[in-house]
Amino acid sequence: MTLENRSDRRILAAASGGGHWVQLMRLRPAFEGARVTYVTVRPTYAEDVPGEDFRVVPDATLWNKFRLLLMAAKMFWIVISVRPDVVISTGAAPGYFAIRFGKWIGAKTCWVDSIANAEQLSMSGNQIRAHATIVLSQWPHVAEAEGVEHAGSVL
Amino acid sequence: MIFVTVGYQMAFDRLIEAVDLWAGAHPDTALFAQIGPSEFEPANMPYTEFMEPSEFKERVEGCSVLVAHAGMGSILTALQYGKPILVMPRHAARNETRNDHQIATSKQLATRPGIEVAMDESEIAKKLDHLANLERPPKISTTASPELIERLKRFVDTGR
Repeated sequence: MTLENRSDRRILAAASGGGHWVQLMRLRPAFEGARVTYVTVRPTYAEDVPGEDFRVVPDATLWNKFRLLLMAAKMFWIVISVRPDVVISTGAAPGYFAIRFGKWIGAKTCWVDSIANAEQLSMSGNQIRAHATIVLSQWPHVAEAEGVEHAGSVL
Repeated sequence: MIFVTVGYQMAFDRLIEAVDLWAGAHPDTALFAQIGPSEFEPANMPYTEFMEPSEFKERVEGCSVLVAHAGMGSILTALQYGKPILVMPRHAARNETRNDHQIATSKQLATRPGIEVAMDESEIAKKLDHLANLERPPKISTTASPELIERLKRFVDTGR
């Protein structure tokens, strides 16, 4: 892929609530200059990204299949309307769907496994690794054991 | 002020009950707890089930120390404001979370300055007694490590 002007790059950055969103916010300098759409599960997080494109999907975990389906449907709509070049997620379910659908439309996708997973990849990280362009673990020993890349951490 | 928080997703009564018990024996200590969707009603400290992110940040900024589940949202926010934090991990076997990642997080992060771990509720009272000795950690920057930022910039630019 040729290096394009950054202002033409469209990034979709997705995370669920709590620690995943806090970690995604710590990655923001990497998105500088690009057009970013943030997707998460709590409307009040909009205050963290003033003036930016901010979308909300229904909250869900693997414990609630119906809400998961609603989340997937909304995420599908967001991905096909935003048409990102790049999808980046720190977890969990919203990132899984964003990467699966992003791949369908030809986006390059990156999963940054949460720093909470200090002994093995997260469940969603394990499920997405066959689909994501790159998977990063924030722990060197986990990256080595799982055969994924390590490149620093949110800390 | 001690700020107690369990995140917004699930209750964590094992922690809240232990802190509430300690609070009853220490009426002069000011505490405030965010307890999540819980049936338990603390008797010895003011509490709320949920709070908006802006209030959460204000509570962290205004407290002297946090007591929390070992969730990264709580830990990272504490470190961003340079506040010491005592964490207790949730256990999957007790349906407090889906897997035991908080135990791993606790073990890995316990060596960092300003982070103290109580592995279960039996350690809470003793650790609370010694909160004043907790070292105030240096404020961490609001962004990820330069290595991770550079890696992701490269990914955004090249798709690889």
